[in-house]
Amino acid sequence: MTAGTGERAAATPATAVARPARRQAGWRRTGRTVGRYAGAILLAAWVLFPMYLLTVGAFSASSAIYQYPRALLPHLSLGTMRFFLDSAGVPTALGRSVIVAGITAMLAMAVGAPAGYALARFRFRFRGSYRVTIVSTRAFPVVVLSIPLAVFFLQWGIYDTIWAVALMHTALTLPFVVLITSSVFDSVAVDLEEAAQVFGCGRLGAFVRVVVPLTVPGLAAAGAFSVLMSYNEVFAASILTLERPTLPALVLNALSDSPNPYKYAAAWLLMAPTFIFIFLIRRYILGFGTQSQL
Amino acid sequence: MADIVIRAVSKSFDRSRVAAVQGVDLTVKDGELFVLLGPSGCGKTTLLRMIAGLELPDSGTITIGEQDVTMLPPRRRDIAMVFQSYAIFPHLTVFQNIAFGLRMKKASAATIDERVRWAADLVELTDYLERRPAQLSGGQRQRVAVARAVAVGPSVLLMDEPLSNLDALLRLKFRSDLKKLVHELKATTIYVTHDQVEALSLGDRMAVMRDGQIVQCDTPLQVYDRPANTFVGGFIGNPPMNCLAVTVNWVDGHLQAQVGDHPENGFALSEDLRQLAGQQVLAGIRGENVRAGRTRTPGSVRGQVAVVEPLGSQTLVTVTIADQALKVLTASDFAINENADLWIRPVTEKIRWFHPVSQEEIQLERDRQRSRSTV
Repeated sequence: MTAGTGERAAATPATAVARPARRQAGWRRTGRTVGRYAGAILLAAWVLFPMYLLTVGAFSASSAIYQYPRALLPHLSLGTMRFFLDSAGVPTALGRSVIVAGITAMLAMAVGAPAGYALARFRFRFRGSYRVTIVSTRAFPVVVLSIPLAVFFLQWGIYDTIWAVALMHTALTLPFVVLITSSVFDSVAVDLEEAAQVFGCGRLGAFVRVVVPLTVPGLAAAGAFSVLMSYNEVFAASILTLERPTLPALVLNALSDSPNPYKYAAAWLLMAPTFIFIFLIRRYILGFGTQSQL
Repeated sequence: MADIVIRAVSKSFDRSRVAAVQGVDLTVKDGELFVLLGPSGCGKTTLLRMIAGLELPDSGTITIGEQDVTMLPPRRRDIAMVFQSYAIFPHLTVFQNIAFGLRMKKASAATIDERVRWAADLVELTDYLERRPAQLSGGQRQRVAVARAVAVGPSVLLMDEPLSNLDALLRLKFRSDLKKLVHELKATTIYVTHDQVEALSLGDRMAVMRDGQIVQCDTPLQVYDRPANTFVGGFIGNPPMNCLAVTVNWVDGHLQAQVGDHPENGFALSEDLRQLAGQQVLAGIRGENVRAGRTRTPGSVRGQVAVVEPLGSQTLVTVTIADQALKVLTASDFAINENADLWIRPVTEKIRWFHPVSQEEIQLERDRQRSRSTV
């Protein structure tokens, strides 16, 4: 105890000299932190405030939407939402969107996950450039792809069906599914697969018994990501459908001649699932990083 | 029962033109603990992986027991392996990890339980069976990996640097534990390491590898005492074997090894080395096979002390003789200062002689006669 006090006493002169400089450095650090937080808050507000207005619009009575000044905490009502969901074609279009998203996710995972696995596990020639090429497929404008595709689909007789849209969406999400799953598989050490093989599994057995259990969250994230891409995609969907549009295509068509409450409700219904999904799988999308496995 | 016979096995990888393993012949006897030793990149791990079936050889054959396993997948080789990274499954408990191989063999629940408990008991993990790997220390994970391997009762046990990720103290303890355990199991074991101390202390026999080839294959003590070339001598032993360039010549009717240009810088040799007279050779001298003293004794050579390093049990003295360094192990109470003169006399019979160009050991007539008389 006494020794401790003595030490502290001895240390005092030194700190007294050092203190002003340290205090300055401290202020500078605090300033930087404050600045960083202020920037972050500003950015978040820039994104979130429109979303907030949208949500408020979607969940207040239709009459309240035209009020001015707008109430920030309005009286909640499901009227607008109900009005939108009762509009012609909306329920079927929503159902179609969900089915298309489901098919897209399944197709994209069925084709993309094995490709991601190959990219993660095998060292082949041009592996790096292959990775880049995959992403660069997205450089083609959807318009350029959609019109010839529409011709193809007409010839195949699947134009204006959910299959046409789902195939197109699969093509659009595939690059991301390949890249996300490859980083997910990368996070499982090859040793684990080899250990499984030594202890009695074949290649497939090792994959099913060891790799799959360890990658389920990441794979689910990749699937969820393709669901989102499909659910929100409007351009290809509106070119490839006529009588049977998905929800975004329907909304786009009806946009110019529909009342504001309709727009609010539609926008919210397209945004909300995305928002929630992204929130749930953010860790797999940010930097494509996954949890390290031992 | 399960000898491992490797014949003319070669393997090269696509990217590199140099073969990782080239023309290796090796026989590991049943129940033997065999150590593969070599610097990193020498092909020892590749060789082990080919025995495991994780890598397929370009040519050659591998047989385990009576069966040619060269092209068989790992699961059909009756082997188990301990990985350098342990590679225990993070999503399974310790029990499930140890049971993995048995489950794959479709053993009955009772057998699995019995074997897992037996294996866990061997490595003192009984209290941790329900834990997940993430809740274990590095040493415990290593033991899970060992238990998983021994639980299946393999005829061949392969170990790829199983101790290299442990801290020094644990490594020392596990080394002796592992040796005891492997000898109890009586499985043919191949142990890969780059640590020469592990190789010397664990192996019944060992092979030293370099550039994809086996340089020497013998018992650890033979390899230590009679390295086949300067590489083995320099790689094994701490400090490594000294390699002095000397000229053997006759001075006043005595045979001596002269260091440098001056005839007085020579130490005496016994006369059965007369075949070397007139030659420039490399003298391989172990640090402990040198008599050192502060005063001149007959047949000794004078050196100057460059560095004195007390190691606790011994003191390592680096001596310079005619610009060549010689590391000498002395008793820890041997008092000597840097820059002092030290008189050196290597024990003649313990010196190994190497050819200065090929670096290979020179066969001595002395040894030939001796081996003839023993046969």
